Amino acid sequence: MTNPFTRRTDAFGVRDVVVEAILGLAGRPGRLALTALVVVLGIGSLVATVGFAQTGARQVQARFDAVTARHGLVKPAADQAQLGAAPPAALPWDAAERATRLNGVTCAGTITKLDPPPGQVTASPVHDPAAAPTRQPQIMTATPGLLDAVRGHLHEGVWIDNFHEQRAERVAVLGVRAARLLGVLRVDNQPAIFIGATSFTVIGVVDQVEYAADLLDAVIVPQSTARATLGLTNPGELHVGVELGAGPILSGQIGLQLSSDNPSGYQVVMPPPMSSTRQQLTADVNSLFLILGFVALAIGGVTIAVVSSMAVMERRGEIGLRRAIGATRGAVAAQFVAESAILGLLGGLVGTAAGTLVVTVWSLARGWTPVLDVRLAVAAAVTGVVVGVVSGLIPASRAASLEPATALQEGT
Amino acid sequence: MSAMTGPTPGEVVIRLSDVSKSFPPNVLAVRGVDLEIRRGDFLSIMGPSGSGKSTLLNLLGLLDVPTIGRYELAGVDTAGLADKARTSLRGRELGFVFQAFHLLARRTVLENVLLGMSYSGVPRGERRDRAVTALNRMGLAHRVGAYPPTLSGGERQRVALARAVAGTPTVLLADEPTGNLDKATSQGVLELLGELNADGLTVVVVTHDHTVARAAGRRHTMDDGRLREAA
Ligand SMILES: Nc1ncnc2c1ncn2[C@@H]1O[C@H](COP(=O)(O)OP(=O)(O)OP(=O)(O)O)[C@@H](O)[C@H]1O
Ligand SMILES: [Mg+2]
Repeated sequence: MTNPFTRRTDAFGVRDVVVEAILGLAGRPGRLALTALVVVLGIGSLVATVGFAQTGARQVQARFDAVTARHGLVKPAADQAQLGAAPPAALPWDAAERATRLNGVTCAGTITKLDPPPGQVTASPVHDPAAAPTRQPQIMTATPGLLDAVRGHLHEGVWIDNFHEQRAERVAVLGVRAARLLGVLRVDNQPAIFIGATSFTVIGVVDQVEYAADLLDAVIVPQSTARATLGLTNPGELHVGVELGAGPILSGQIGLQLSSDNPSGYQVVMPPPMSSTRQQLTADVNSLFLILGFVALAIGGVTIAVVSSMAVMERRGEIGLRRAIGATRGAVAAQFVAESAILGLLGGLVGTAAGTLVVTVWSLARGWTPVLDVRLAVAAAVTGVVVGVVSGLIPASRAASLEPATALQEGT
Repeated sequence: MSAMTGPTPGEVVIRLSDVSKSFPPNVLAVRGVDLEIRRGDFLSIMGPSGSGKSTLLNLLGLLDVPTIGRYELAGVDTAGLADKARTSLRGRELGFVFQAFHLLARRTVLENVLLGMSYSGVPRGERRDRAVTALNRMGLAHRVGAYPPTLSGGERQRVALARAVAGTPTVLLADEPTGNLDKATSQGVLELLGELNADGLTVVVVTHDHTVARAAGRRHTMDDGRLREAA
């Protein structure tokens, strides 16, 4: 039966439950702080863990993107005597220009190792066949776009340019180890080296490459020069700079671009699709620490449950009084659930803030960009509430099941 | 008292018929009590410790259920009422005062009195006025912002009294309301009970204090669970 004179708005409602819960918590600030602190630790470590993982993955990803995900390599297919396999196709002389015309290619260059070497490499024209054979640098050819395609770095001087390539100039760039071997210490005085009897002017020294590490041991001459004077028959391999995410499309297109007769005569290695590598990385880093975070959170939940159960025992008198003045069992239960939900929410919010702060400080200390999903913050706060509600269910049902007469008599 | 919604004066508001209450394993706390209380009555119940006075008051207050017998409150047979209906009836018809006061220590005097109306459906807009009126009447106008621990025992019991009557119940149930108070303070509380009764409030008071008992129009004694009305 309900009171016919009670209007709905005057009945004890959700707002009253929340107000009573807040007042109930605020009356014991010390306990509130301690209990919330445990939830803060749980939520905070979860947020920090995910934040670390996301920031770290982003960092790895950035490096991964910068290197692996932006480089492709094309060479004639290996000559397998396999049934059904396409016969190998030679790279055309203008392979680099053809590749550069494709969307998604940022730079391209061919490289060829001259094997066997067409002659001995010396730093002086005086050739003494009787002298003990010295350690010899390799001889390689390259086109202007190669340095960018292998992400190379010049120690000094210049790289082979279009002018050198078109005019088949007799110039050479030395790999840093080849330069040491030949005793070339500087290039500003235009030193000469000799391949057999042919002289080449040294114009630069390369000291770093991300790919084709052989270059550092080599004397590198323009491809056209080698074709004209050193008997080069065709380019060896094509290095390609690839835009992020363009790898999969390019692997389908580049063969046709290089040879309309035999587009599948090449072995093509292109960066994998972005999304799969990114997800893979994130998932790998998270799982273990996430479990630890959930353990911390579970401890937080148990703490709420224990502390709230103690509170119910302490507040028997209050519970009895509330029943006497008209609170139903449901209203009493709702108040205790609301109290622990608010505890959980507070713990969730403060924990999210604390976790975010830790991730931010940690990232900035490493000069990294902190990465934190906004959805993570919302999820953390919601998780706090859920933990609070679940932990509050047992104490709340205890409070509700107290007999009012007993509660009033035993409580103060 | 709200004469519009309550029973008319003289009407029976409480009727116990052969009510008994036993506790496990075999305590018979209340034995075969028949009792009729009319609107405006002032009842006192005295008796030795353990004779069943509080148990009887809890039955009247719907805080406990008779083992056998019939209890009608304000014309409603309370047997078999679900928790929600019992609670609603209790909140509407009954006010309580306890020996231990049961004030919330971290709420002000005014908030404690407001709390007494928050579950009973008193219109929100009226609650503050009613609380202030009740506190004025108890002589506590100057303590509305105080916290219970700073009050004297007599003041605390008057706050509890204000809380009990601010919602205008039909019956006030008081279990040893002066049990924790000295004689002079008890006298003050007793006078307030008398005034409230004079205004039409039905009062049932359990007490060890003869002065309190004598103030009541209908005096009862309880002995080993049996209730007897003094002539
Ligand atoms: N919840 C309970 N469970 C078991 N026995 C109870 C319970 N409540 C009361 N009793 C018993 O019932 C009897 C009556 O108790 P009650 O509290 O009603 O006495 P009382 O007259 O109020 O005594 P006092 O003057 O000391 O307050 C006592 O024997 C008591 O032990
Ligand atoms: Mg008693």
